[in-house]
Amino acid sequence: MSISRKIVDDFVANDVSFITTVPCKQLAGVIDEVEARPEIFHIPSNKEDEGMGLCAGAFMGGKRPAIIMQNTAIGVTINTLATLTQYYRMPLPMLISYRGELREPVACQVEMAVHTKALLAQMNIPTYHFHKESDADELDAILKYTFMCNKPVAILTDASFWGGYGDQ
Amino acid sequence: MIRSEILREIAPILHDHLVVCNIGLPSQELHMIDDNAKNFYMLGTMGLSSSIGLGLALAQDKTVISIDGDGSVLTNLGTLPTIANNVADNYILLIIDNGSYGSTGDQPTYAGKKTKLENVAKACGCENVVVCQDVDTGKVLQEAIDSKQMTIIVTKCDSGNIKLPVITMDPVVIRDRFMKAVAG
Repeated sequence: MSISRKIVDDFVANDVSFITTVPCKQLAGVIDEVEARPEIFHIPSNKEDEGMGLCAGAFMGGKRPAIIMQNTAIGVTINTLATLTQYYRMPLPMLISYRGELREPVACQVEMAVHTKALLAQMNIPTYHFHKESDADELDAILKYTFMCNKPVAILTDASFWGGYGDQ
Repeated sequence: MIRSEILREIAPILHDHLVVCNIGLPSQELHMIDDNAKNFYMLGTMGLSSSIGLGLALAQDKTVISIDGDGSVLTNLGTLPTIANNVADNYILLIIDNGSYGSTGDQPTYAGKKTKLENVAKACGCENVVVCQDVDTGKVLQEAIDSKQMTIIVTKCDSGNIKLPVITMDPVVIRDRFMKAVAG
């Protein structure tokens, strides 16, 4: 089974039915899988804070939401995470491509990578780092944890997890 | 009319529906005029009233009215293409366009100058965009609700504020009672 399919299977098994995405090359496979699943309403966002607003509304409407985005989005969404998701105590699994890690070809991506974990730690956001494919075995438990505690939770997925960047 | 006068006039219409209300004075005014469990007050996060309302409308069947301002829509202009391309016929976006950032001291917005949000909404693909004057807001809002079609209303009014206290209700209480009203 492809890793993208396994990830989306875990979302579906945990009743996540509203997913917003902001694209990333690393996440293309999982975004395609989200789009293909009839159990999931897929709504692309133009910016990640907008996506978190959509997720907040969906949660209050009775759906379990999730957001899929790049780690650069942490820089965009600090205010939204603090004053919406955390302040109103809402759950939000954040599946994040951890750009700027080992095997990264684009130097500028490293500039946000070096801040990513520090920012998440500063925000007291539980953070999990998927480096090997077997790390995704924990996704089911992470999703259950997120909806148990009503917090945003970060799942960082680096280039090694996704199998590198091919021939870039 | 200024925004608080519009809200006072449309409060009896809003009362029967789920309302997501913009940060700052709009929420404080609605809270003072008709606080009830079907109101979701934004205490932070400028710009996301339309996004929260759309997510809510897509997730369940009850009518949702997002009350937004011209300044807040400009802050999150990417919301309009998302709304246009994800039609929820139980969703109404009411943009109270006073051409100013009311909660921060009435600094002018670009919507009060050359930019017309109704044109932006149409260019983004929104199909039912209605422009009205302040005094007609109630009538236009009721028509939009009755139409059961997703509608963007841009209501033009004067800038100006009234003095009133901040909302001290706990955010989790606001959210919890709102979710019970959504589910009820």
